[in-house]
Amino acid sequence: MKNLINNKENKVIYDVKNLNLWYGSDQALKNLDFTINENEVTAIIGPSGCGKSTFIKTLNRMIEMVPSVKTTGEILYRGTNLFDKSIGVEELRTKVGMVFQKPNPFPKSIFENVVYGAKIHGIRNKNQLMEIAENSLKSAALWDEVKDRLNDNAYGLSGGQQQRLCIARSLAIQPDVLLMDEPTSALDPIATNRIEELVEKLKKDYTIVIVTHSMHQAGRISDKTAFFLSGEVVEFGNTKDIFSNPKDKRTEDYITGRFG
Amino acid sequence: MNHTADVKNVIKKNIEKNKNKKREKIIPNLFLLAASISILTTVGIVLTLAFDAYKFFAKVPLKEIFSTELAPLAVNPSFGILPLISGTIITSIIAMCVAIPIGLTAAIYLSEYAKESHRKILKPIMELLAGIPTIVYGFFAYSFVTPLLMNLIPSLGAKNALSPGIVMGIMIIPMVTSLSEDAMNSVPNAMREGALALGSTKLEVAIKVVLPAATSGIISSFVLAISRAIGETMIVTIASGSSKNFTLDITQSMQTMTAYIVEFTSGDAGSGTVGYYSLYAVGLILFIFTLLMNLLAQYISRRYREEY
Repeated sequence: MKNLINNKENKVIYDVKNLNLWYGSDQALKNLDFTINENEVTAIIGPSGCGKSTFIKTLNRMIEMVPSVKTTGEILYRGTNLFDKSIGVEELRTKVGMVFQKPNPFPKSIFENVVYGAKIHGIRNKNQLMEIAENSLKSAALWDEVKDRLNDNAYGLSGGQQQRLCIARSLAIQPDVLLMDEPTSALDPIATNRIEELVEKLKKDYTIVIVTHSMHQAGRISDKTAFFLSGEVVEFGNTKDIFSNPKDKRTEDYITGRFG
Repeated sequence: MNHTADVKNVIKKNIEKNKNKKREKIIPNLFLLAASISILTTVGIVLTLAFDAYKFFAKVPLKEIFSTELAPLAVNPSFGILPLISGTIITSIIAMCVAIPIGLTAAIYLSEYAKESHRKILKPIMELLAGIPTIVYGFFAYSFVTPLLMNLIPSLGAKNALSPGIVMGIMIIPMVTSLSEDAMNSVPNAMREGALALGSTKLEVAIKVVLPAATSGIISSFVLAISRAIGETMIVTIASGSSKNFTLDITQSMQTMTAYIVEFTSGDAGSGTVGYYSLYAVGLILFIFTLLMNLLAQYISRRYREEY
C-alpha cells in the first residue's frame, strides 16, 4: 500500500549533503548524501558500530553532547543548514522529537511526563495541559491504559508502555519529525509490535526516521531504507527495492543474514 | 591433552588442601570480632551516658531542667537546659543558611556544568575544606570573622552566635556539596538526554529534571550536615563563648550543648556533684539529637527515593 504514494511528490525534510563526522580522529560518518522526505518512514539499518546511531543524533544535534565531535558538510532541515549558528538548538529540538533506545521517562507522574515539554516552553493553563496530555497519549495509543492513573509514577508502567509514554512526550510539543533510535531494542515482541503499529499510524502526521538493527522491522514499517556500513551509506532507496532487489553485494549479504 | 590433565590435578589438590584449612573457619570470626568492637563500644557509651544521666534526672526536677535558668556553679545551682538547646539550634540554623545555598549551587555547578576535567580537580579541593581541623575554624571565626562583622554590626559582641554559625556553615559546605553532587551525578544521563531532546536548555534540565530526581539524596545531605553542625564543638566554644543567658539575639554570646560540656570537663565540676552528672545528661540529649537527625536522613532518603 505504502508504495502507492508517489514519493517524488513528497517534500524534502532533510537534505544530507556530503556529511562527514569524526570522534576525535576516528571518522564515524563518511560522505553521507541522501534525502529524507516528509511523511515517510526512513529506516537506517546496518551492523553494530556502523554509525547509524551517530547519524540519527546529528539530525537533532544531540551528537554535540559528545565533546570531541567534529563535522563537515551540511544537513539542510527544510532548507536551512542545521549546523548554522543562527539555528537555536533548543528550537530545532522542539521541531525534531526523539525517542531513545531505552525508555527514559522522568521520575515524575505520567501526566507530568507528557506535559513536561509544553510546560517548559511556556504553557501554564491547566485545562490546556490536560488537553495536550490526552491528545498526546491518544496519539501514542496509551490513553486507554493510563487514563485512570495519570498521577501515578511513570516507572510503574511496563517497558513498552514507558516507551509509548516517551513517544507521547515527544508528540506533546507537536514536532515535525520524530527520530527513533532503536526504539524497540529493549522491548518484548508484543510491545515491539505495538510500537510498529504506532509508527505506521504516526507517519500520516509526522516524518519518521528510525534506526533499527532488525532488518525485518525495517522491511515491515519503512518506506525508504539506508543501509550503513562502516560509516558509509552503501545503499539507499525504496525499502521494497532494497529488500527485493539489492544493487550492492554487501547489502544483499546483510539482508540475507550472511553477516551482521 | 597433557596440559589439561595437569590443570585438573592442580585444582583438585588445591581444593583438597582448602578443605582441611582452619583459615577458612577462623578468619571470618576475626571479621566478626572487628565488627563487634565498634558496636560494643557504641552500646557501652550509650549505657554510660544513660546511667549517669539518670543520676542527674533523679536529682533535678523536670520543671527545673526545662527552664531557662542555667547557673550550675551558683550557690543555689539551677540546671535549665533551654539556653543550651536554643544556643545549639540557633548556631546550627545560621550554619545551614550559609551551607545550603552555597553548597547546593556549587553541587549543581560541579554536576551539571563543570567539565569532567575541572570536576576532577575541584571536588577534591572542596573536600579538603572538610579536612581542616575545627580548632582552626574556631580561631578563624573568633579572630577574623567576628572583627569583620563588627564593622557591619557595631553592637556585635566579641563572643556571639553569628560568627561561629557562619563559619560552621562554611565548614559543612563541602559535605552538602559532595553528597548532593553524588546524588545529582547518579541521575542517569538518559534523563538529561530526554529533556534536552524536548528542547530544554541546560538550566531547565538541571532545575526541572536533575534536582527533583536527586531530591532524596540532597535532603539527606542537608540533614547530615545539620547533624554535623549540632555536634560541632570547637568553633562554638571559641567564638560563641559561655553565656548561659536564654536569648534569641544572635549578636550575643550563647553557649551550645557541646561548649557546655567542654567548659565543665575543663575542671569546674567536681566528680559526683550534680554539675558533674549534668554533663552526662547534656551528652545524652546531644546524642539523641544527632541520632534523630541521622534517622531522619535515612527515612527521607528512603521515602523520597525516585525510582529510575
